[in-house]
Order: sequence, then structure tokens, then C-alpha cells
Amino acid sequence: MIAPSASVLAIDRLRVEYPLANGTTFTAVENASLTIQPGEIHALVGESGAGKTTIGNTVMGLLETPGRIAAGSIHIDGKEFDPVKGSAAGIVLGRDVGAIFQDPMTSLNPLFTIGSQLMEAMRFHLKLDRIAAAARALELLESVGIPEPRRRLKAYPHQLSGGQRQRVVIAAALSCNPKLLVADEPTTALDVSVQAQILKLLRDLGDKRGIGILLVTHNMGVVAQIADRVTIMHRGQVVESGATEEVLRRPKAPYARALIGAVPRIDQRLDRFPVLGAEGKGRAEEARAELRTIAERSDPSADVEPILSVENLCVDYTTTGWLPGSRGHRFRAVKEVSFTIRSGEVFGLVGESGCGKTTIANVVSGLIKPTSGRVLYRGQTIAGEGATRRIGPLRQAIQMIFQDPYSSLNSRMRIGLILSEPILYYRLANSRAEAESDVARLIEAVGLESEAGQRFPHAFSGGQRQRLSIARALGARPKLIVCDEPTSSLDVSVQAQILNLLKDLRDATGLTLLLISHDLAVVRQMCDRVAVMRQGQLLEEADAATLFDDPKHPYTKELLSLVPTLDRIRGETQAA
Amino acid sequence: MKTLAPPPSLLIRLGAPISVILAAILAFVLVACALLAPFIAPYDPTDLASFELMNAELPPAFTADGDPRFVLGTDNQGRDLLSAMLYGARVSIAIGGGAVLLAASLGVTLGLLAGFYGGKVDSVIMRVADVILSFPTILLALLVSGIARALLSGASTAEWAPIILICAIAIHEWVQYARTVRAATMVEAAKDYVRAAKVIGLPSRRIMLRHILPNVMSPVLVISTINLAAAVLTEATLSFLGVGMPPTYPSLGTLIRIGNEFVFSGIWWIALFPALALVILVLAVNIVGDWLRDRFNPKLRVKR
Amino acid sequence: MLKVPLSRLGQAALVMLVVSAVSFVMFRYVGDPVATMSRENASIEEKAELRRSLGLDQPLLVQYGRFLTRTLSGDLGISYRNQRPVTQLIAERLPATLELVIVATILSLAIGIPLGVLCALKPGGIAARLVQAVSLIGISTPTFVTGIVLILVFAVSLGWLPSFGRGQVVDLGWWSTGFLTISGLKSLILPGVTLALYQLTLIMRLVRAEMIDVLSSDYIRFAKARGLPTHYIHFRLALRNALMPVITVTGLQIGSLIAFAIVTETVFQWPGMGLLFIQAVSFVDIPVMAAYLLFVGLLFVLINTVVDILYAVVDPRLRARSA
Repeated sequence: MIAPSASVLAIDRLRVEYPLANGTTFTAVENASLTIQPGEIHALVGESGAGKTTIGNTVMGLLETPGRIAAGSIHIDGKEFDPVKGSAAGIVLGRDVGAIFQDPMTSLNPLFTIGSQLMEAMRFHLKLDRIAAAARALELLESVGIPEPRRRLKAYPHQLSGGQRQRVVIAAALSCNPKLLVADEPTTALDVSVQAQILKLLRDLGDKRGIGILLVTHNMGVVAQIADRVTIMHRGQVVESGATEEVLRRPKAPYARALIGAVPRIDQRLDRFPVLGAEGKGRAEEARAELRTIAERSDPSADVEPILSVENLCVDYTTTGWLPGSRGHRFRAVKEVSFTIRSGEVFGLVGESGCGKTTIANVVSGLIKPTSGRVLYRGQTIAGEGATRRIGPLRQAIQMIFQDPYSSLNSRMRIGLILSEPILYYRLANSRAEAESDVARLIEAVGLESEAGQRFPHAFSGGQRQRLSIARALGARPKLIVCDEPTSSLDVSVQAQILNLLKDLRDATGLTLLLISHDLAVVRQMCDRVAVMRQGQLLEEADAATLFDDPKHPYTKELLSLVPTLDRIRGETQAA
Repeated sequence: MKTLAPPPSLLIRLGAPISVILAAILAFVLVACALLAPFIAPYDPTDLASFELMNAELPPAFTADGDPRFVLGTDNQGRDLLSAMLYGARVSIAIGGGAVLLAASLGVTLGLLAGFYGGKVDSVIMRVADVILSFPTILLALLVSGIARALLSGASTAEWAPIILICAIAIHEWVQYARTVRAATMVEAAKDYVRAAKVIGLPSRRIMLRHILPNVMSPVLVISTINLAAAVLTEATLSFLGVGMPPTYPSLGTLIRIGNEFVFSGIWWIALFPALALVILVLAVNIVGDWLRDRFNPKLRVKR
Repeated sequence: MLKVPLSRLGQAALVMLVVSAVSFVMFRYVGDPVATMSRENASIEEKAELRRSLGLDQPLLVQYGRFLTRTLSGDLGISYRNQRPVTQLIAERLPATLELVIVATILSLAIGIPLGVLCALKPGGIAARLVQAVSLIGISTPTFVTGIVLILVFAVSLGWLPSFGRGQVVDLGWWSTGFLTISGLKSLILPGVTLALYQLTLIMRLVRAEMIDVLSSDYIRFAKARGLPTHYIHFRLALRNALMPVITVTGLQIGSLIAFAIVTETVFQWPGMGLLFIQAVSFVDIPVMAAYLLFVGLLFVLINTVVDILYAVVDPRLRARSA
């Protein structure tokens, strides 16, 4: 252990405020302290609005304009940070402190070559001449593991993949041998396999170069995988801090315990996610029971199995040419995919971005037409050749919930109107009054107060909106709901609530769910059967337990091994 | 014009600075004066009997040789300049407003269709738009009015002049609406609330009108404010060039054209006052439009 | 090597097709050429003879074909008004307009870009606000009013500069230039400034908007995080990104400057193509109108193609796509 005085970053009782237009101030960070030793990775975790990014920006001197350091101190490499100047004496941003941002697609200037963007900092900070800088740039690209580094120097950012760009960003951050690296969600925009490589690279920087890293992230798995120490933040305050293993295994603060408990496990399936506070019971359960009676009443006994089958589905995307009718490039997004879903089960479709899973969701829900192959609902063709027109009960039967809760509700319409739209359109109510009481019941069934109907979407949080989105889908009295990444833009504690809600609704009404997700842990917790996709093809389909415990396809095995999880640390003791 | 320019009260709610609110009020007063010209103008400039040549070219009342009957002086035919300006402004605003309404309704409809359906519908509409955009407003307007004038006999040209002008201006301006609305529609159509409406199976017409249209209207209002100013300018330019409103039924541009012939002889007021009125009107509208544009474009919002 | 996107060539062709069709329709149907060209008391036979000799009795497509062939060989007909070949008229007037447009373009870029950058870098500053306010007045003032005011001040009151015409020009064979004489240069000042003012505000506002946009981008934030000096970030990095769309807009603006020159030329009695065109419009001199349209269409297409090539040269993303 190195003495505290040698720490590369020491934050002591920091308070950051934003003065607001109405004269009051908003405190983004309150009384936050942490230290980072050379070679140490210190993770700063929390959900959105926790203040973790504000700390990262403050350390870099990139605090957004009205924000200011109101109290406390920051020492970088033993030198005090001047809150007025936004830097510490003798510490040069870019030379002594390096930065890595979230989105590698936008962090690099599209008009300049990789080489020139790598070299400029060295030329300014280290006063290297062009030749020396170029030589060092080459070295850096090699050290971050970019293939053909000499050729890449002359390449432009758009010619590199996302993972390669993030390596270039890291190389640029390293170019002047910084003592401290601030990495703000460095792998959030990347796929699991690329994420694993970048995380390994970061770990190496700490171990081999002795760089201290402040890792800002929301992903507990990432923390468990590479961080030495962790600080958990909640609404601007530090709730818990300590060695990673210690904090994750035995969190003391109730919030920390809830947060860690809400992270879905990949190694075993739990009944429900543990959530903080009581979940809406009582009225919600009554409303769900009513939904169930309605569902049973309307259900004709002709339950053909399977409820959905997808047969040899292919989907091509063609870009439109310049002239009307002309054809552009053709791209096959889904290649000969077949699977079936049984009534009442939760079927998971999992894969990395661009694997075609969302395209399948769109075909099933009728948003796009397949190029070939077909989709059958209870034996009736609903997409592909010879498809029956999707109207009335056939259209009603399959509904969808979406990823982004902020765009899934029309911000210009009241909740009541949004929810009554399917009810009125399918003529499920005989009168407006009946529709209104239906809407009230739906809102209650998803755990909100029925008064919500009078308000506009902006009055609700992301999680509440996702509940309303689910209520809208339920309004059509569907048999199958397609859930397209329903929780991937939500914080982990909210995710737990929404997933619990979906489980409850399914148990109460006997719905069938098709769950599309890139998150293997979520799929494990939710699904009865799972199919794995890559590059438009379906690689493997199995029972969830079989797939996760004994994957057959090498790709599935690889994916499972790469997902950063808490399981290693959490062990059995944490299960309760 | 209430539908085109936002009322001052709305601006206050949006937190507009005082200069913008003042500009909005000024624009409203000017537009109101122009629209109420028949009631507030001292003379009726369209009534040939009301003016005499012996009163021609009188300077404004506040100058040494001024005649108190004519506050801003008279033109070359002895018309009261203030009255002629009020009527002229009315013509300018009516044509500008008409052009904006025509362009907006055409552009919004086509943009909505192009953005929503994509594919062939989109290609056809956007290719037409590209070709039109290849020509500057003023050239296209000159051509349209030139062709229209050639097709119509001399007498009816004057009667049809306002309609010709409205079409000549709108033929270029609808493109901007169509492009903006198309882009906004494509963004909205990809959003989950529209996908949700499609999954429910709502008819396209309802999705476009009930769901998408209200969400793409704010840029349309911003463009309309700026375009109203631009349309008034284009009309003035055409009239100044002699292919717009005839001298018998003058707009502000026509008045400036008439005055321009006398500038060298030291009779500056016939050109200057209408020009001033035109610039102040357009400026007031532009100040509002400019602020609105910045306000609705978060990237341009100045951080303070 | 460089490949201008096919779509752009397609568009160019489409524009030219539309333009030539419009010219042809104007030529053929707008006004009666026979009535315009024949003597007042011509007999019916004489008129029929003229109609035949003009080829007006042929089928429509044949006439269009002939029109295209004639146009391509440089024959654009004879002006109704002054009975001279239109090509000759345009060739005479072209240098005057182009010189005016060149001066205006240079002025607007040279002043507009720095002002735009200034406004973007210090958005709350006094200078920026002043420039913003003046620019609003700039876009609210029609070109002809600017021209009249400039004439009133500098020609009528102060008598410093000429108010109309090109002054003395030097004939370089096929090109007559006002750049080589004092009076020619003095004559260029007022119309040049008038024409430039409107463009200047557009360029300035565009640069400001683009610059503000770029400055808030992630890659500029990343440049700041690498500790690069502010002036380097602003002028070497951000400015380059911000100027990309300026290329396109300047190209388009040169086209609309040619059209806008109609107004400036009218105010300053500048003997260019615009004045020719506006006179043709008021006399319904169809061949001149049609020829002007064709000519401006061609210029537009040429400029746009040049801009596309230029853009592909400057933007690595396009360069790679066409490689």
C-alpha cells in the first residue's frame, strides 16, 4: 500500500452546485470524498442523476458553465485544484490527466486523421517534433492493440469500428503519460465482446503503467470485473465506499444493498428481483384479477398451439436509390430464422447489436414485411406469403412495448387519451365512460394511481412511463406481447421493478411474452426458453436453464464468458 | 395573421427577452394598422377623386415647406403618402401572408406524406423539391410572374397581380416546409409512440394527423415567422422591379419603385418612408422569428 | 479516383431538362412569336409563311428537338426588342454580372466568416450582440433599399462614388473588365457592397450556427480534455468542421447572387445580364427570357457540380466512399 500523500487523486468533501434561474441552487454533488492511488482503478457508480459524471467533469476542469465547486478540495498528484481557474497548478489537462468518453463514434473529429489527432497533444504538451510524435503515435496504437497501426495512422475515424475508435481514444488519452485517467462510461456504447477487450486494456493500464483510473459507470458487472475500489453514489451523495470485493459482497447502506440486489444474476434464476420499499399491491392485484376475468371471457376455446411460429424468415433492407424506383444497396438483416413460441411462456431472443433481433420483433408485430418466409399466429399466417390481413382480433392479439420510455408516449396527448386509443379503435368498450373505467383499471394494474390519466407524459419518470407503455399494450387485450429491450434504457433498480411487473402481469393474465434483449442476465431471469442470434442467424435455441448452464454453440459460450457479472463476488450468501 | 406569428403573451411564457416582446408588439401594431387601413388612413388613396395633381410632391408636414394636411407629404400624383403607405402595407402583408399560408399548407402536406411513406412518394416529392431549390427565389418568382403576365392580357394582369405574386412566392417557399416537415416526420415516425400506434393498427391518416402533425408543428411555426418576413421582402422586390403590384393598387414595393425615380431630384420622402416602413415591419417580424429559431434549436441556445 | 455521386449528376441532368423544357414552352407558347415578329399590317399569307419558316407547323417533339439542337449549337434566337442574336447580347453582358458577383462573394466571405466566428466564440459579448443586431437589420433590408440608401449617401449627398454604370471598361477581346481602371473600380464599390450585404449576413449566421454546433460536439470536448490550447481548438479544429457546410452554401449563394444581381443591376443601372433580363420581362421579350433562364440554369448546374467535387475533396468521409 502506498502512502495517501502519493495518491494521484484525492477528493475531499467536495460540493458542486448549479445556480438555477429562479435564484436557488441545485446541489449536484454533496460532501463527496475519494482517493485514488497509482495503478488503482476506482469505480464511481450510481444511477442516473447520482452526480458521478459531475465529479468526473469537475476533475477534468470541464464542469458545465453555471456549475461551480462550492466547498471541499481536489488534489491531483498532490497539487491543489484551483476552483476558479478550473485546474491545478502544474497539472496540465491532457498531459497529466487523460480522458475517455462514452461514445467513440463522436469523440473523434471526422475531418482529421487518427495520426494527427494522436499527435497534436504530444506536440503541444511534450514539445515533440512531427517525426518523434509520429513514432510515438505508432507505439501507442500498437500498445492499445490496433491491428496494422502504420496504416491506421493515416486513416480517418469513419474507417474504424467502434471498438477500434475507443482504442484510439484511449491511445490519445495516454499519449502524454498521464498519471490519472478519467473514464466516463467507456464501454457503455460497446457490445459485450468489445467491452471485454476494452476493460482488459484498462486493467492493464493500471497494472503495467501504474496509471490511476477514475472509472465512472452505471454497470455493476464492470465494477466487479476490474475495479479495485468502488464508491457508490445516490442523488449527489456518497452512500458507500471501499474495496470492491468488500462493498459488493457486504454492502452496508440500504441503498447500496438494494442497488446491488437489483442487478440481475446470470448464474441462477430468482423468483423476483429484490426491490427497495413495498411494491404496489392491493388495488393493483384487484385490477389484474379483473383483467384476467376479461381475458378468460373473451378467449375462445380454440387455443391452437404453438401461439406463434416463425418459419424460414428472411428480411432484406434496401436503401432507396436517387430516382424513384431505382434500387440501392441490399442488406440481409435476418437469414432463414425459424422458432416457435408456446402459449403462456416467456421466449427470449438475445444477441449483440445488429444481430437482427429487433427486425424480427418488427415483423412479428407487423411493423415491417418479411422478404420471404412467414409468421403464423395460432396457425394463421400473419406475415409473409398468403398472409391474412391483420385487422380486428388478429391485430389485437399481438402488441408491443418499446425500449425508450421517453419516446414511446406521444408528448402532446394526455395519458388517458393515449391508453383509450386502442380500446376505442378495437371497440372494446361500448361507451366512452366504459372506456374510461377500462383505462383506470389498466393504470392501476401497472401499479400507478388512476388519476395519471389526466396528465401528460412529461409528468412521469422513465419507469412510470414504461408502466404506462405496458398499460397501453394491455389495453388491446393481447395474447402475445413483444417486448423490445423493455428495460435497457432504465436504471437498474427501475429495471427490477419493471421486470417484476411483467412477471406479475404474466402470472395474473396468462400472457405470452417475446422478450428481445442484449442483456443475458435479464434474459436468464425472465425467460423460459431462449434463442441466441448473431448476424441475422439463429444459432441456438434451448430452455433457459439448459442454455445458460450448458451452452452448445461456441458463440453462446463466448458471450456468457464475456459478460461482466457480480456473480463471482456475490456468491451464494448474497442471494437473499 | 394570428396563425402565423405567435402572440406576445406566448412569447412571455416562453421567457423571451424584452426586446423580442417589444418587437412582437411592434409587429402586431403595424399589422393591425395595415389591416385597419380603410378606417384609420386620413385619405383613400384608391379613390382617384380624393387627390389632385396640384398637391403633388409636397414634402412631409414637419419640414419647412410641409403641408399640415399631409403628415408624410404626397407622392408624384398628389396622393397622401401616409394613406398610400397604410394601404400599401396592407397589400404587402396580405400577399406575404397568403404566400406563407399557401406554401405552408402545401409544404406541410407533402412533407408529411414524404416523411411518413418514404420510398417512391418521398423520392418524387423530394426530386421536385431539389429541382425547385436549384433556382433562387427571386428568379423563380420573376419567371412565374413573367410567364403569367405574358399569358394574361394587359388589363387583367393588374387584377390577377396579387394571386400571381402569391403563387410566384409560394412556389419556392413550400420546399423549405416540405424538407423540414419531412425530416421531422422521419424522426417522429421512427419514435416508439408512432410504432406503437402502428402496432395497434391505427390508420395512416390518423397517425399522421393526430400523432405526428402536432409534434412537427413547432418548426413550422418558426419557419412561418421567418418566411413571412421573407415573403414580404420578395413581394416588395418584385414590385420594385415592376413585375409586382401595379401603381394603381400599390404595395410598399411599388411605392418605393415610384419614389426611386425622384430620389435624384431631392424628393427623398416618396421612397424613404415606404422603405422605412417596410424595413421596420420586416425587422420586427425577423427579431421574433430569429429568437424563436434559437429558442427551438437547443444547440443554438446561448448558455449564460 | 474522385467520383461525383451519380445522384448529383442525375439531378444536374434533371435540372437542365426542366430548364430547357420551360424555356421551350416559353419560347413556343408564351406570346405569339409570329404576331410579335411580323409587321403590323402583314397579310395572313405572310404570317403563314413566317410560321412555316419558323418551323411552328411541325409536331411538338420535333420542335423541341430542333430547339435543343439549336440551343446546343449556341443559337438562342433573336431578341424581339432589339433584333439582335440573344447569344451575342448575353455574351456582351456576362462580364459585367460576373465581375459584380465575384466582388460580392469575396466581400461576403472575407467579412462574414470572421464575424460569424466572433459571434459563436463570445455569444454573450457586446461585439457579438451588436453584430447579431446589425445582421438582423441586414436580412430585413431589401437589396434595393440598401442600394437606394447607398446612392443617396455616397453618390447624391457626398458625391464620392458614381451611382450608375460600370465606368470605363477595358476590352480584352471577349471580355470587358472594370477591374483595370480607377473609374471602373470605383463604379464597382457601391453595387458590389449592396450585393454583398445580404450574402454577408447569411454567411455570418451560418458560420455562427455551425460553429456553436461544432463547439458543443463530443470531439471538441475530447480535444479540450486533451488539454489542447484554446486558439488551436477554435481555429484549427472547430473552424474546419464549421466551414464544411459553408462550401455548399457559398456555391448555392453564387447562383442566387447571379439572380439577385437582377435587383442590384436595376438599382445601379449596371449593364449586366440581370438588367437585360428584367427589361426582357417588361417587354415580354421571350427569346431573351428563355436564354437567360437556360444560361442561369447551366451556371447553377456547373457551380453545384464544382461544389460537389470540392466537398468530396475536403470531406474524408465522402472521399472514402467514392474511392
